[in-house]
Formats: sequence, C-alpha cells, structure tokens
Amino acid sequence: MKNSRYVARSTAIAARALGNETMVMSATNSTLFTLNEIASVIWAAADGVTPLDQIVANKICAQYDITPEAALKDAETLVEGLAAHGILLVSDQPLAGPANSRGVAL
Amino acid sequence: MSGLIVEMAAKALKLNIPLSVQLDLTYRCNERCVHCYLDHEDHGEMTTAEIKDLLDQMADAGVFYLTVSGGEIMMRRDFFEILEHARLRTFCIKLKTNGVLIRKKEAHRLRELGVVSVQISIYSHRPEVHDAITKMPGSFRQSIEAVRLLRKHRIHVDMANVLMIHNLHDYDGVKALAAELGAQFIIDPTITPMMDGDRSILSLNVDEDILREVFHNEALAGNVEEFCAVPQGPGQEELNSLPCSAGHTACYVSPYGDVYPCVQFPLPCGNVRRTKFVDIWRHSPQLKEVRSIRLRDMPACSQCIHGGTCTRCPGLAFLEGNMRGPSSQDCEKSYARTGIPSENLKRRKSPSQHLQLVQIQALASGADNNRFLEISIAK
Repeated sequence: MKNSRYVARSTAIAARALGNETMVMSATNSTLFTLNEIASVIWAAADGVTPLDQIVANKICAQYDITPEAALKDAETLVEGLAAHGILLVSDQPLAGPANSRGVAL
Repeated sequence: MSGLIVEMAAKALKLNIPLSVQLDLTYRCNERCVHCYLDHEDHGEMTTAEIKDLLDQMADAGVFYLTVSGGEIMMRRDFFEILEHARLRTFCIKLKTNGVLIRKKEAHRLRELGVVSVQISIYSHRPEVHDAITKMPGSFRQSIEAVRLLRKHRIHVDMANVLMIHNLHDYDGVKALAAELGAQFIIDPTITPMMDGDRSILSLNVDEDILREVFHNEALAGNVEEFCAVPQGPGQEELNSLPCSAGHTACYVSPYGDVYPCVQFPLPCGNVRRTKFVDIWRHSPQLKEVRSIRLRDMPACSQCIHGGTCTRCPGLAFLEGNMRGPSSQDCEKSYARTGIPSENLKRRKSPSQHLQLVQIQALASGADNNRFLEISIAK
C-alpha cells in the first residue's frame, strides 16, 4: 500500500484568491502562478495534516466528476510541480500547518 | 508587464477587487526632501491594532499587492510588527523607504519576511547633491549602504531617480551606480503638487529640453522611434478605455485611514476608522464616479491627438481642478516625446492667455454637466 503524502503551503509566498482561481507568488524569486479552480481547492486544503489522497477524495471527487485514481494522479503532478518551485511543501509525514490558514479565502 | 499579470488585472477589474493598495504608515520622515509632496507631522496615525485590522480587511477584500510607504516607514517603532502581520496574511509586499535606517539586522529581517522589492530614492551619484536634496548630511552613504545590504540578501531593489532642477544631469551617473550595485534603475521626471494642493514645488520640475533629452535617450526609453512616434489620435477602443488603475483595481490609504483612488489622487473616498475598507471600495460615491470615467468623457483629451497614447494622470488632472480634464504635466511630457503640442498646451500657450496674469474660466466637468471655476495662472 502506498504511503500517504502530506502537503502544506509554504510561508514564503504571497497568495490570494481571485474569483475561483488563486494567485501565488514565490517570495524567493517572485515567480507568479495562477491556480485554476480545482488546483485552488487542493491549495486551500493543503494544511500539512490532511493526507493528499484524503483531500482528493473529500474535496475533489466529492464535487467533480472524476475517478479517485485519475484525480490523485493529477493532484500528485500538481503538488510536485508546485513543490519544485518551493511554494508547496510535500512530505511523507504530517507537516506543521502553514503560518496562515486564512491566506486564501475558502 | 507579463501576460499573466495583465490577465489577473483584467479579472480583478471584472470582479471589482482591489488588487493593489499603497498603505502609508506615517508621513513622518528623517529626511526633508526639497520636492516632497507631504507634510511631516503626525496628525493622528492609525495605531498598530488599527493597521493590523486594516490588513485583515484588505486581505479578505482580495488585495494581493501591498506597497508599504510613507514618510519614512521605519520611523514607526511597530514597523516590523506590522510587516509580520502582512506576511501572515500573505500579501505580495513591496516597500518604499529612504533606507537610512536599514542595517544588517533590518535587511536580514526583510529577507525573512519575504519582501519582494524595496524602492529607495537616490537623487544623484554625487553625495553632496543627494544630501542637499534630502537636507540630511550623510544620507547618500546610508541609502547606498542599504541598497548594498538588501542586494546582499538577494532582495530586489529599485533605485528611483526623481529628476528635478537640482540633479538634472545626474541620471546617467545614478544609472551606472544602480548597475554596479545590482539594482534596477527607475527614472521619474515628474515633481507632483503637494497633497494639500500647494503647487509651489512644481518650480523644481526640469524644463522641456531635459524632458526631451530623457525621452529620446535609448538607454532609458528603449525603442525611441516607437516611444516618441507621432500619435494618430484616439480610436474607438481608446475612447472607451480606462484612464489608469486608480480606483479600478488600486487605491491608497493614508496613515490616518483615509482612502483615496491613488496617492497622487487626493479625492477623499472614506475613512477606514468609520467604514469597513471593503464597503468604501464597493460603495464610495467618489470611487464610483472615478470608475465611470472613460477617455470619451474627457472634453479636451478625447479631442487631442495624444488622447490614445498620453500618460495622463487623472490624479494630477484632479489636482489641476478637474478629474475629467487634462494633466498639464503629462501634456508637457507628450510634447517632449513627440514635438506635437496637446490641445491643452495649445490653449495654454495661445498669445491671448500670455497677456493675462490670471484667467478665470468655466469648464464643463463632464457627463453630469456640473460647472466650476478653474483658475489658471499664466507665467
């Protein structure tokens, strides 16, 4: 059985919801990203203590017409991409929550 | 501007979200720059708690870009406490400071707090010229040291060179200094009136020969042929365009909680001590009026050949007496770029007006057809 992965928003970012999208800027190199609606749901739920597969099951599969396997695969690709830019932290162990859980209007 | 930023701004405009706010923490300052548009007194600044609450409100309203300015921001003892709160609310934080109070410890802290950029005004590469403008001996050395420290901490630094009669030949020197320090060079050839409307400091503005020199300098303007091209006059698209982001996706908050469309547009729209920030943003009649204005609503500018390409500042126009009128300083810039006078300049420079010292004339103030008196003083 595959181990759960945990994701947390970095504190070295600027972020804000803009409609159903999210703007995220890395404070280390000022790279700007926009996350679409579904990526924004994962971003907002990335509290460091909820496993990614649980986020996908509860927040994505419950609301969108997609299989858990496909959704998890897409979510893993997303978090790896964001982690590579240092704006999301990924770990096999629970992470301390982000400094601000209100950074993005839920 | 990148495509993504343009896209974000368009979305914020559609959703009526204040994407950018400049928040001045104080008007107090340790320098006394000859061209400053502010007084330097404390008339009742917001407290730490009030500012933190405002930051919460602004984050909830959708503000992303937060420019923290003054006065000198580090004159506030709670500056870092405020900045920590801004970081907690995940703003994209930019600072404007003279840098005089930035030492190793402060530079390190700014890096820790994820400040994206710091703008520091450097008036000349010659210490004596810079210090004469700031009226603070040693300020050049201290500001340059701040630039070095910030760059050492890999913080982006904009070195802003405000052009005026005291430093009109020094911009090349400042540009070279910025390159040496790894900072971005910004030149600003406009001295603006004081916020209380006092226009006396406008006498520090450089003349049209220097403006022309700056605008035709490829190292500063880029593609001069394009930048200084003869305009074609506004088309339908331009006539329906917005003047600038002031009041549309951006606004300014003073140290006393007053909300304005922009720091250069002193039209009071409300006060956050009495009204929630988001309610001022959404419901202020003044902001609604600003938002209603398109180029087609400006009697002079819509008829001007520069209408579609001018950098007209609605705040400067407001300070001249009519937010739907021309901004003469921008008319002068358009003339310096292209050699073609604007409709406003032609009117101002007509012989009949030179004969009068003071002219009082009634102007239509746009769609609501209110009329008021504008007093122009011909020199």
